[in-house]
Amino acid sequence: MRAVVRAVGVLGCVALAGYAATIILRDPTLHPSIPGMLIWFAGALLLHDLVLFPLYAAADRALALLPATRVPLVNHVRVPLLGAGLTFLVFLPGIVRQGEPVVLGASGLGQEPFLARWLWLVAAMVAVSALVWVVRVTRRSAAGG
Amino acid sequence: MRIRWRSPIRGPWLTSVFGLVLLCALPVVIVTGLLDRVAYGSGAIPADVGALHLPRFDWPTRPAWLFRLTQGLHVGLGIVLVPVVLAKLWSVIPKLFVRPDRNLLKLAERATLVLLVGGILFEIVTGLLNIQYDYVFGFSFYAAHYAGAWVFIAGFVLHVVLKLPTMVRSLRSRSLRAELRTPLAATVPEPPDEGGLVAPEPDPPTMSRRGALALVGGGAVLLAGLTVGQTLDGPLRATALLLPRGRTAPGDFPVNRTFVASGISPDAVGAGWSLDLGAVRLTRDELAALPQHTADLPIACVEGWSTQQTWTGVRLRDLASLAGVPDPAGATVRSVEDGPFARAALTAGQVLAPDSLLALRVNGSDLTPDHGYPARVIVPALPGVHCTKWVAAIGFDR
Repeated sequence: MRAVVRAVGVLGCVALAGYAATIILRDPTLHPSIPGMLIWFAGALLLHDLVLFPLYAAADRALALLPATRVPLVNHVRVPLLGAGLTFLVFLPGIVRQGEPVVLGASGLGQEPFLARWLWLVAAMVAVSALVWVVRVTRRSAAGG
Repeated sequence: MRIRWRSPIRGPWLTSVFGLVLLCALPVVIVTGLLDRVAYGSGAIPADVGALHLPRFDWPTRPAWLFRLTQGLHVGLGIVLVPVVLAKLWSVIPKLFVRPDRNLLKLAERATLVLLVGGILFEIVTGLLNIQYDYVFGFSFYAAHYAGAWVFIAGFVLHVVLKLPTMVRSLRSRSLRAELRTPLAATVPEPPDEGGLVAPEPDPPTMSRRGALALVGGGAVLLAGLTVGQTLDGPLRATALLLPRGRTAPGDFPVNRTFVASGISPDAVGAGWSLDLGAVRLTRDELAALPQHTADLPIACVEGWSTQQTWTGVRLRDLASLAGVPDPAGATVRSVEDGPFARAALTAGQVLAPDSLLALRVNGSDLTPDHGYPARVIVPALPGVHCTKWVAAIGFDR
């Protein structure tokens, strides 16, 4: 009985997704876009699972090579790196100046400041993280550790 | 190939915490997104979505900040959840590499994860590109994001139905309060689980579970701090450091399209311009001589940014009376420009609302060309793109 309910759930899910696809099929002017949409849909999935995840996992593994210190460095490197990566991915178009003519037409302003701003933001995250590390080292030394 | 998963904190409890956050927050993103379509009214894109839409109703004009709120939430919360989605995917990634089951039903359930994960990533990617005006994908954002949303909803609903009992059981397996008091030194892996999330041979921990939660939460807070500015006026707008709408020209407020980008010839909005109301035509001086009304109203855009300004102009309902249609069934506004948003339909409620204006002035000065000179429509709670600029004609429906 439980298996029947689950099977109905799967069928309902596939039916709804298939019906969603008819939103694109209903409009003939969208038909030439279908390959592109499918490529971006599958691409987002594959890029995450087979590129982004292995990359950040490998980068995280590399943190094991950091020199051993009394206050471990690992999270003081990991956190600003993740902050840099996250902001880079989310705000990518401005940082790499992609789509500038449309931005200009929409807002009247370009994208020239974003790369420098992002670099400053990363520098600030690195600096804060380093400062916290120094404070922790100092406190541990003061505590006679 | 066998992968040795190393994280000592990966496990059903941690996954379920991320899952619970998404379960609470994603419906807000979904509903506000679907409401956006209602707010667009009869001009919504894509036009034909079959039965896949919220019940139709006339988008209200009160409160005036309604669309500012719903679309700001849709975009803002959508961005804030990016690190939570990535953390959730990290927490379950060992399952991606598990050998496929021979049970057909389990295989089918697993296949629907393509809709769930592909759907959310597709929505995030297209949404983030759209709010930054990067159309590198080359297809209609509206159609793709709307259809993609329903593909995701299909996967999401099934996933919640199938996994809710697991989530509840996993959340009960550990106390959140106790986890928040557990430092790195006392962090041990969760007990082995049948789902295979807990690593059999983990590395020593380098981060506690509370540390991981703080890291993901911190990422969300960072993105919130870098996004909320696009809905604020004054100096705080600049806190949206990396978004196009964190910037404005000095002394100005944002526009959704510049006069140059509209391609309108300056002559078309020069001294020879007049407003076509069907029965009558009015020059700008004649409009300025009519009773003027001033209202503080937001411009809120589909990209999630918004701004509130003080608009002065002629009430749309006064223009309707002048046109001989004092009790219109609706109206169609046409711009001098050509293009997809050169025409906007208004409901009767939107025409008759006391603060709905054909604005001639903003913040005490004549509109600039970028803001729609000689005249623009401003209607409370109406999506900015339908507050037509450089208005050429208004046809009131009998």
